[in-house]
Amino acid sequence: MKKRPDIKELKKKAIAIRKDILTMLERAGSGHTGGSLSEVEILVALYYYKLKFDAKNPEWERRDRFVLSKGHGCPALYAVLADVGFFPKKELMTLRQLGSRLQGHPQLGLPGLEISSGSLGQGLSIANGMALGLRLNNNGCRVYCLIGDGETNEGQIWEGAMTASHYNLDNICVIMDRNHFQIDGLCCDVKEMAQLKSRWEAFGWHSIEVDGHDVERLMEALDEAEKIKRRPAIIIADTVKGKGISFIEHNNKFHGVAPKKEELKQALRELDKQLKKL
Amino acid sequence: MKPTRDGFGEGLIELGRTNKDVVAMCADLTESTRAGWFKDKFPDRFFSFGVSEQDMYSAAAGLALVGKIPFASTFGVFASGRAWDQIRISIAYMNLGVKIVGTHGGISVGADGATHQAIEEIGLLRILPNMTIVVPCDANEARKATIKCVDIKGPVYLRLGRNPAPTITKEKDPFEIGKAATLRDGKDVTIIACGLMVKEALLANEELSKKGISARIINLHTPKPIDRKTIVKAARETGAVVTAEEHLTFCGMGSAVSEVLSEEAPVPMRMIGIRDRFGESGTPDQLLKRFGLTSSDIVKAAQEVIGLKKSG
Repeated sequence: MKKRPDIKELKKKAIAIRKDILTMLERAGSGHTGGSLSEVEILVALYYYKLKFDAKNPEWERRDRFVLSKGHGCPALYAVLADVGFFPKKELMTLRQLGSRLQGHPQLGLPGLEISSGSLGQGLSIANGMALGLRLNNNGCRVYCLIGDGETNEGQIWEGAMTASHYNLDNICVIMDRNHFQIDGLCCDVKEMAQLKSRWEAFGWHSIEVDGHDVERLMEALDEAEKIKRRPAIIIADTVKGKGISFIEHNNKFHGVAPKKEELKQALRELDKQLKKL
Repeated sequence: MKPTRDGFGEGLIELGRTNKDVVAMCADLTESTRAGWFKDKFPDRFFSFGVSEQDMYSAAAGLALVGKIPFASTFGVFASGRAWDQIRISIAYMNLGVKIVGTHGGISVGADGATHQAIEEIGLLRILPNMTIVVPCDANEARKATIKCVDIKGPVYLRLGRNPAPTITKEKDPFEIGKAATLRDGKDVTIIACGLMVKEALLANEELSKKGISARIINLHTPKPIDRKTIVKAARETGAVVTAEEHLTFCGMGSAVSEVLSEEAPVPMRMIGIRDRFGESGTPDQLLKRFGLTSSDIVKAAQEVIGLKKSG
């Protein structure tokens, strides 16, 4: 097993990524703030610990694949991809601008990005296709797929859940950003979402529940998932939408709205305080 | 006589032998689409998806992303309408080399009725950027199209039929995706057809020549990317055009021809196709007749456009 990085360093990383996300979004003037902030630790655990990749050679055949199914969460992914060296960090400030490689929803062509996404529900099926193909190649590559909780309203997610367990895909790991909100409000109000863990288990999945902002637990869960044989694994990561910023947390107004200039200033101050406390 | 789906089945087996990256998928219609022939020979490279077309087409995208060449088949109605957003985002937007195989195209599906007759899918898929559309006229052409579409970098929709179709082309005839085939030369009118209607166009030609009319017959097996040069030249040289397809006149091959000609060589034109309605049950021959898809419909339209040309 790979040596785990220093937890304090990862926490610092998460704060730095949150700063980038908020700065990019403020500059762009639009975008999905809440669902980007909720998935930060998940991406940190993946890109600074679990995933095999080579930022200098994005097409390296033996890399693990990361599939962002909840495409609207791309600001967080862009920030991480830039930080690990797939493209220059200054490009982050072109988010959502005409001609930018950082489209409002991910478009293939940006180094490090594995799929275009934005229409919900398709990423798990795409990840399954990758996992089937990689298994034929027999090169030990794994596929990680991040979905939203609201996204599981889509029937295709459950079609994909059946496919992965039917084909005993143990080279796939889904992580659900369980941030409890979707555009119209609380997930449970929009469409009943109880018993998530047992739902996935009923579909034949090994299911793990963790605090989605605890990087250490996330790393442990990713290791546990890798050990599961002959069936797929899901990590249901319980998160807070808008995590890290007092006035954005649990505030669904920020689902698809960027912070204003003053809000950004306050948010960055809050993040600096968190950094000092570490 | 042989169904175009059989040509696909044979072509896919050939590909299985020659190209280890070719994989096949099907959504619970493995025998009907002939994907089962590949499955029997290469079971490790065949994936059954059950009745979940959306899941299958997105998974096909995933297979393409890791270097495979997936042929994902089902009935044309489900391949297009049921999984349209998956084809749009998972496949066409990423310009992936997924081969979308839709069998049971057209009204000639017969007794199953409207739900199973794909008469709008050429349009549904033609409007997507990066998409190539191929409609083979016989089993020989279907086999060649199956093999050649591997060379197309992006997505391809292969439209196939259920019923035995007359053999028109020879095995040795050249076939190139995107290059229309001129089957008969002529100077009074051009008839552009695809799929099953190519045979009807050839029958119409016999009738027309008895009346002293010289028709040029073009097999436009690739509605997209369309062979502008051949179509424009034919329109300029003959001055009148009829298109014939087993599809709605909206958005299909005829519309594609009309888009080209209205910009580059406007001439009197008639479209033979289904007019703004759903299909119904019946035998293939009954339906082709009821929906105006026979050689005599083509003859009539050809005479009309020639008349318009003269009066214009």
